[in-house]
Amino acid sequence: MATTTVPAPAGRRRRTPLARREARWAYLFLAPWIVGFLVFNAGPMIASAWLSLTEYDAINAPRYTGLDNYRELMADPMVARSLGNTVYYTVLHVPLVMAISLGLALLLKRVGRLQGFFRTVFYLPVMTPAVAVGILFLLLLNTQDGLLNRGLALVGIEGPSWTTDPDWVMPGIVLMGLWSLGSTVIIYLAALQNVPRDLYEAASIDGAGGWARFRHVTLPMISGALFFTLIVNTISSLQMFTEVYTMYFGNRQTQGAFNSDAASFYVIHLFQEAFQFLHMGFASAMAWLLFVIILIITLVQVKLGNRFVYYEGDQP
Amino acid sequence: MTATVERAVAAPVPATAPGGADRRTAVEQSRRPLWQRVLFVVALVGVAVVFMLPFVWLIGASLRPREYVFSGGFLPTPFAPENYADAWQAVPMVTWLLNSVVVGTAAALAVTLSSAWVAFGFAYFRFPGRDLLFGLVLATMMLPFAVTMIPTYLIWTELRLTGTQVPLWAGNLFGSAFYIFLLRQFLLSLPREYFEAARVDGASYPQLFWKLAFPLIRPALLVAFVFEFKASWTDLMKPLIYLRDEELYTLPRGLKVVLDRFGYGGEQQWEVVLAGSVIATVPMLVLFFLAQRHFVEGIATSGRKG
Repeated sequence: MATTTVPAPAGRRRRTPLARREARWAYLFLAPWIVGFLVFNAGPMIASAWLSLTEYDAINAPRYTGLDNYRELMADPMVARSLGNTVYYTVLHVPLVMAISLGLALLLKRVGRLQGFFRTVFYLPVMTPAVAVGILFLLLLNTQDGLLNRGLALVGIEGPSWTTDPDWVMPGIVLMGLWSLGSTVIIYLAALQNVPRDLYEAASIDGAGGWARFRHVTLPMISGALFFTLIVNTISSLQMFTEVYTMYFGNRQTQGAFNSDAASFYVIHLFQEAFQFLHMGFASAMAWLLFVIILIITLVQVKLGNRFVYYEGDQP
Repeated sequence: MTATVERAVAAPVPATAPGGADRRTAVEQSRRPLWQRVLFVVALVGVAVVFMLPFVWLIGASLRPREYVFSGGFLPTPFAPENYADAWQAVPMVTWLLNSVVVGTAAALAVTLSSAWVAFGFAYFRFPGRDLLFGLVLATMMLPFAVTMIPTYLIWTELRLTGTQVPLWAGNLFGSAFYIFLLRQFLLSLPREYFEAARVDGASYPQLFWKLAFPLIRPALLVAFVFEFKASWTDLMKPLIYLRDEELYTLPRGLKVVLDRFGYGGEQQWEVVLAGSVIATVPMLVLFFLAQRHFVEGIATSGRKG
């Protein structure tokens, strides 16, 4: 906690009246955030921890039920299903996004003036509102008329029912997720452009070939960016909501026609428990389970990351 | 733990100015054989075409009559621009567009101003507990929205503001961790002497912030503004939670209604759904072309996802 990137003031001075006046002003500048932190972060965290131990429908007062919600949670097949789908998505999405983005960034680095144009192309899907992405892919993945299956038919493959076959719904969603990898590409490109050129020259002089230069210069030098995108993409994948909700939820008729359990993600199920069924206590317990899962995964990634990530100009 | 995360967050921040790096690539560029460069461009063009096809199809299909929406290829033939008029008439599209503009502007302005104010506090002052507090700022970035979602809803209900647009932006008045981090980075890169000199000349701290820091970090403020505007424009969950009245809907919430009403299980008028999707998307594409530099800079220096 004590070591940060902020350079510490040289030597500890005694608190003069001036310093005290300065500190008062400092807290005045921080005041909005402190208030916001208490009202919208710390307070709600405590409240949600308490609610997770109650039965609460937002109308009648919460009724304390101990750990019942957590017990139910563990036994609930829909929680297990949605968590399974979410993990399935994350495990496929994150490595695929990282690998493809790195490949694209390596190509982009080498095309000179055209770089800006291609960067725009890859970023435009990120700008598309998530609801529109959901609608677009609902149609692109359509079994008979969708662009994807019509494309597959051209090469003689009969495409699966991406949006209605429970076995193919998740792969379809993974495909959709890949369309929005633009920001990861831009992060990698920025990292690649900051690798000092002399390192490649030195490696070449030492007789390193293309692969060796990539493996021993490029990868270590951009490991910070790789690590960062690993964490950020994992956290956001575990909280996938809008695109999938748009496609398969919130509409009784479609939900009835198609067994939407196959497309249920953890946060979608949590949202429905909270605001459709008004099981706010149960949903709070679900939220805390998600928080713990994210925390553990991130901690493991940070632990592993510290072993592999090279920080240039690292401070002790 | 917090320090490690902070280091991870700070990691992608490039130490050198972007301009210098570009020149390096240009040099490297000239040394590659032509055939190799052509090969790279061809490969990229291939991937780029795949990425653009969904857009091309969307625009083409949105301009075809209902019975050709799925059967046609990419071209708007037969041409049916009246789909847009239909969408315009079928739902209160103008109202939703304006709502999105108003909510997005309020959200972006609120978060930019408040985060800059707080970031200045972290960047300029030295005071007890600063590093601990800043660690706490970064830690809040890890907190999933789901954990605070329900109590936050109860707060707005208690204030009788559920059902209004206020909860969609008012939380932004208190600053947001990501932007505080971003703006602090920018502020730290300014020479401290500027501020010391202004202090000697008798400027107050708010004057330092408003007259000196604020204009100097304008590029970063624009980054914060466009990111938050985009985030607000895209958000579906908050409008789902807080808005009941269709007149108050933002575009994503409205678009979801369009899908449910005119898509599957509805009237099967997909041309209306597609025209609506284009209407919701175009403002974001325009925003990107206007503020492209800020988006790229913002992602490259902070590693924000989307």
